[in-house]
Amino acid sequence: MSAVFAVIGRELRLATRTGGDALTLVLFFVMVGAVVPFAIGPDRTLLAKLAPGLIWIAAFLSMLLGLDRLFRADEDDGSLLLFRHAAIPLEAVVAAKVLAHWLLSAVPLIVATPLLAVLLALDMPSWGRTVLALLIGTPALTAFGAIGAAVTVSLKRGGLLAPVLILPLCIPVLIFGVALVAAPDGSNAALLFLAALSLVSVAFCPFAAALALRVGSE
Amino acid sequence: MTDTATQLKKPNWFSRLAHPGAFMSWSRPALWPLGLVTSVVFAIGLWFAFFNSPADYQMGETVRIMYIHVPNAWLSQFVYGIMVVASLGTLVWRHPLADVAAKSAAPLGATFTAMALFSGALWGRPTWGTFWEWDGRMTSTLILLFIYLGIIALWRAFDDQLRAARIVAVVTLVGALDIPVIKFSVDWWNTLHQPASIITPTGPKMPPSLLTPLFTMMIAFTLLFVLLHLVSMRTEILGRRAETLGRQAAAKLATVGAA
Repeated sequence: MSAVFAVIGRELRLATRTGGDALTLVLFFVMVGAVVPFAIGPDRTLLAKLAPGLIWIAAFLSMLLGLDRLFRADEDDGSLLLFRHAAIPLEAVVAAKVLAHWLLSAVPLIVATPLLAVLLALDMPSWGRTVLALLIGTPALTAFGAIGAAVTVSLKRGGLLAPVLILPLCIPVLIFGVALVAAPDGSNAALLFLAALSLVSVAFCPFAAALALRVGSE
Repeated sequence: MTDTATQLKKPNWFSRLAHPGAFMSWSRPALWPLGLVTSVVFAIGLWFAFFNSPADYQMGETVRIMYIHVPNAWLSQFVYGIMVVASLGTLVWRHPLADVAAKSAAPLGATFTAMALFSGALWGRPTWGTFWEWDGRMTSTLILLFIYLGIIALWRAFDDQLRAARIVAVVTLVGALDIPVIKFSVDWWNTLHQPASIITPTGPKMPPSLLTPLFTMMIAFTLLFVLLHLVSMRTEILGRRAETLGRQAAAKLATVGAA
């Protein structure tokens, strides 16, 4: 277990000391949201109606954009090879890296949502539900993303391929995530479905991603 | 078969058929008869579809699009099933023919899915008044097409096809687990947005006059897929052999040049 925490700590230290990456992702997330009024006009009621969906799409794109760094650096400097021979199974390493990646890429986005909520004229209760939906849904995105990153890690030009592979698989997350925001009060079917999806995919992804990493490097 | 091989336990019929060399030798004479059977079944099916089946009392003659549309839609899912089986063969038994089967099935599956969407759009225009409706079934078919295209892109991104086969197999299996979830979520999403739509299920009860041509066409299209798959697998194997020969020739040339 301490090895898992060591991997998480390593990821967090690497990200915070070289710095900038998580911040760039947040910047991208806010910019995607801020560009929308230019495209559809500054009508506040229209923006407020579209805002939850827009925030989800911005989060979706940012998460996909940040995928490549999940395994890429470790593949390049050979750490991935060492992880394969570590005392803990590769699945545990992947799970630790996925958790660290979620902390580094999804949590900053969620922290930045108030900014978008103001820009897109989102009211307080809808913002609360959006944050809840993102908190529950983004682990599933990270989990699917880990599979995509593991599959394309040995490709030099895999940067665009992983999002293309993962996007169709993530559509249920988007559907339930937006439905949770739009749901009438008291109906939490979407929330339960989203939570189930997240739990299953988080439980399943380390095995699939580790399998892809193993068979890919033989 | 050599003497040492006969000493070993005799492999079962499937392993013998699936050996790439044996596959090449039995699939070649099988192509012509299979093509003949396919075209005969197609001829019967098309004759039924165009001349010997009634026009629908509501949809009129456009109901005949169904005989193209439904077989394609059926194959769009059937081919993915073939790819899942082949992926298991790749990951569990490391069978070289499973790699080839999975690789050559993907473009066929994508084509059948695209044809299902296209014929569906052509059918939807006169029947529902629109080419595209975000109906649950259409949406999940579109997503299936995206998955096929992603898998094809992944195949093409790798130089080493052995490694590609194992990695694509992982993606195919993840997709197989996710497709029911996508289907369910899309249905759920659609009913949430438009509870009662112009699209009403026609009901499972179809008169035999419509079912006979439909089943004939489904069999014909499935035979067509098997035929195309065999041809495509043969092409893939021959292509790999040619590539190996080319590499050997280049290596020989290099050693001659060095000496």
